Amino acid sequence: MSAAPDTSDRKFKQVGSRPIRHDGLDKVTGRARFGADFTLPGTLQGVFVRSPHAHAKILGIDTSKAEKVPGVKAVITAADFPELPMHWITQGPAGVDAGANQRVILAREKVLYHGHAFAAVAAATREIAIEAGKLIEVEWEVLQPVLSIDQALADGAPILHEGQATEGMGPPVEGDTNITNQIVFEGGDLEAGWAEADVVVEGVFETPMVHQGYIEPHACLVNAREDGTSEIWCATQGPFGVKNETATLTGSDPASVKVTPSEIGGGFGGKIPVYLEPAALLLSRKAGRPVKMTMTREEVFRGTGPTSGSKTHIKIGAKSDGTLVAAECQLDFEAGCFRGSPVGAACMTTLSPYVIPNFRVLGRDIVLNKPRVAAYRAPGAPVGAFAAESLLDELARKLGRDPIEFRLQNAVEEGDRASYGPKFGPIGFKETLEAAKAHPQYKAELGEHQGRGVAAGFWFNAGMQSSATVSVNSDGSAVVRTGNPDIGGSRASMALMCAEELGIDVTRVRPMVGDTDSVGYCDATGGSRVTYATGMAVIDATRQVIDHLRARAATMLDVELDSIEWQDGNAVAVNGSADKGSLSLEEIAKKMGATGGPVVASASVSPPAAGPGFGVHVCDLEVDPETGVTRVLRYLVVQDAGKAIHPTYVEGQFQGGAAQGIGWALNEEYIWDADGKVENAGFLDYRVPVASDLPMIDTVIVEVPNPLHPYGVRGVGETPIVPPLGAVANAMRDATGVRFHSLPMSPPRVLEALEEAD
Amino acid sequence: MAKIRVETTINGEETEFLCNGQESLLEVLRDGIGMTGTKEGCTTGDCGACSVVVDGRLVPSCLVLAAEAQGRNVETIEGVADGQKLTPIQQQFLEHGALQCGICTPGFIVAAEKLLEKNPDPTEAEARYFLAGNLCRCTGYDKIIKAVLDAAAVMREERA
Ligand code: FES
Ligand code: FES
Repeated sequence: MSAAPDTSDRKFKQVGSRPIRHDGLDKVTGRARFGADFTLPGTLQGVFVRSPHAHAKILGIDTSKAEKVPGVKAVITAADFPELPMHWITQGPAGVDAGANQRVILAREKVLYHGHAFAAVAAATREIAIEAGKLIEVEWEVLQPVLSIDQALADGAPILHEGQATEGMGPPVEGDTNITNQIVFEGGDLEAGWAEADVVVEGVFETPMVHQGYIEPHACLVNAREDGTSEIWCATQGPFGVKNETATLTGSDPASVKVTPSEIGGGFGGKIPVYLEPAALLLSRKAGRPVKMTMTREEVFRGTGPTSGSKTHIKIGAKSDGTLVAAECQLDFEAGCFRGSPVGAACMTTLSPYVIPNFRVLGRDIVLNKPRVAAYRAPGAPVGAFAAESLLDELARKLGRDPIEFRLQNAVEEGDRASYGPKFGPIGFKETLEAAKAHPQYKAELGEHQGRGVAAGFWFNAGMQSSATVSVNSDGSAVVRTGNPDIGGSRASMALMCAEELGIDVTRVRPMVGDTDSVGYCDATGGSRVTYATGMAVIDATRQVIDHLRARAATMLDVELDSIEWQDGNAVAVNGSADKGSLSLEEIAKKMGATGGPVVASASVSPPAAGPGFGVHVCDLEVDPETGVTRVLRYLVVQDAGKAIHPTYVEGQFQGGAAQGIGWALNEEYIWDADGKVENAGFLDYRVPVASDLPMIDTVIVEVPNPLHPYGVRGVGETPIVPPLGAVANAMRDATGVRFHSLPMSPPRVLEALEEAD
Repeated sequence: MAKIRVETTINGEETEFLCNGQESLLEVLRDGIGMTGTKEGCTTGDCGACSVVVDGRLVPSCLVLAAEAQGRNVETIEGVADGQKLTPIQQQFLEHGALQCGICTPGFIVAAEKLLEKNPDPTEAEARYFLAGNLCRCTGYDKIIKAVLDAAAVMREERA
């Protein structure tokens, strides 16, 4: 389809309104069915058996005692999977390794973190399965765990994967290593840049491993059928990913696997990887019965992918007039036990919001004995932004500049080259900075022990593959079908775009999320791509439907097709045929049977790019010097949405991302004991923000249309978690005079820092 | 293992079920009776997704033994609406878009109904503290709190 926007001054009738979401009723009455809400007659309960060691070789596994327990129907280990070798395939800034994915589900040669699953049991009840699991005997060779970046890089460090060489660019690394990959971006002349700088600031910033913290634990129901086909019901961001991954890892034909996505109780990237389904499929095959697997909260913390802990060395220089001239940073990211941290994206995003002519960025992906990381909302970007935005705050202070003015002076705009290569198209960074500056919060008075912090950030947003089908009912209403699980109101957005094109009210459009047999391929709900890319497929399919409707109207009115225009839900005869009048969508739909049959159209898209979204956050907080407790007083999110399809859910993304970022800044972290066991694997101790921790979160939606989308849409889901770490840290600096270099800024650490500063 | 027979009232209907001694009310509601509107987020009393009301008290059903329901009155999300009529809280959740993924929504609604029954005119802070036992990871709570405060206003008007 043509990608050019219709015009930014298009007057929208449906888009931009705030209808009640179509799935809302089921969600406020408890009827909506999530991952754990499915069952079949004869369903068995499957559980994983998990490692008591963070690093150990598996010399042998004996499952015979477990298999004899009454009620146990199947036991599997890695030996039940066809062996896939470990082999990394790079895809853009990320990549895949099917062998590693298989070993995350069930360890093969080694367990690589505490809680790493090495067997699974299916039994009549969960209790029986758990008890039987305890009878599985393993001969371990316990190895020393590697638990920090410094330990992983130390001379003589235990090596997680023998024979591992460092790939990529950057300084050469000799011999076996825990550095799997290095990435370098550079431009200009760094030496000359430093020579030009009047002020230089630098620091080392650290962030801990944190979890996405979705409230719904992973869950699935799998039925392996007698004919070799299988059905899967599960909570996932990507049903086609589950289909393909389950087939690949179990050696099945993808055509034999059908996945029906349930409602999904949060994901934030953490429900893109597949943990349960391949194991459940093997158990179901072995037992000849359906198998349900649900994780406990503790398993979610111990055994699913959090995001990387990190250590960033960064240095930035500016001229006395505030112009940035040079920057250098090294980002070290914990990948967990297999390659694949988001350090590449961190390298691409850290310096890119600003014009810095001379720079060098080095990123290193480092394996250690922790769970393999998964995507978490703008993966990598918040960590880089924490370091860069903290130093920009220091520079603004040193130069005596207002932090927003200082950023405006250096902000990228259309035509500027991003540090990772391409030139930015139309972007709304300066507009968001201006809107933040103009907001009343920016002028609100601050009292004693209070401070204000500003930070900015962006995310590329993804395009990727999507498809959609639109059909017209005989009453003139429509159905729009896609394959993207609705994680935050996307059904409403799809319906709004379809209704906008058709010229009917959004309540006349029913949106639905189909299973993998009933819709065309869609990449995962992730990358802030659904409203953008799947939305494009919906608009394209709807336009094809309109072409069909015009043709039917032309027949009915007996005029040339060219003489029919679609206007506000009506086929109108024009160009000298105006006397033939018009037909409404209802009138055409009623006659579909006689004019050619039902009207249905499908479309698919694969946009290579998406148009980045920039955001600026302002945090006002107060620190209690007696207790070290921080209260966020006011919080503002300003972000460029391109065009907000359903503004309520755009605001919701802004607010939710900010809340997660505030939690990351102030409280959240994985705490490890010396043996590599997570000490706080529950919501009580891994404390995500609760309602009483937060104020209302104010939002401003900026709309600088994205020329890649017919309505100007930009993805909005991920950018909101990029600025908060820096915004909170900068507010903390303002309130206390202390610059925090590591997160979280929890009460004991704040207290300690305040005492040191005295 | 001998099962325990429990006679209880769920959403006004007399109900009987069998359970074992360790089973939680949450497990029986979801797996035994098939009322999956009550959600599980943790089973340790920390997330509020499983909130129900037992004899007028708001409790996490994951921490209540199913056998304890004997002779009591249990109210779940499925019983919140009055037949086909949503409560003002349910309605305001829809109008404010106070849910994104919706997994926390049943727990929040059950808890908020209790809040407004006890305190028909809560301040924002009172609402935030009362609902601090219900986790939401998607919304940042902003729209949830606004929905609850607006529902309180609607209910006060209805009574006036
Ligand atoms: S499941 Fe009961 S409080 Fe979380
Ligand atoms: S809406 Fe997802 S957890 Fe609350």
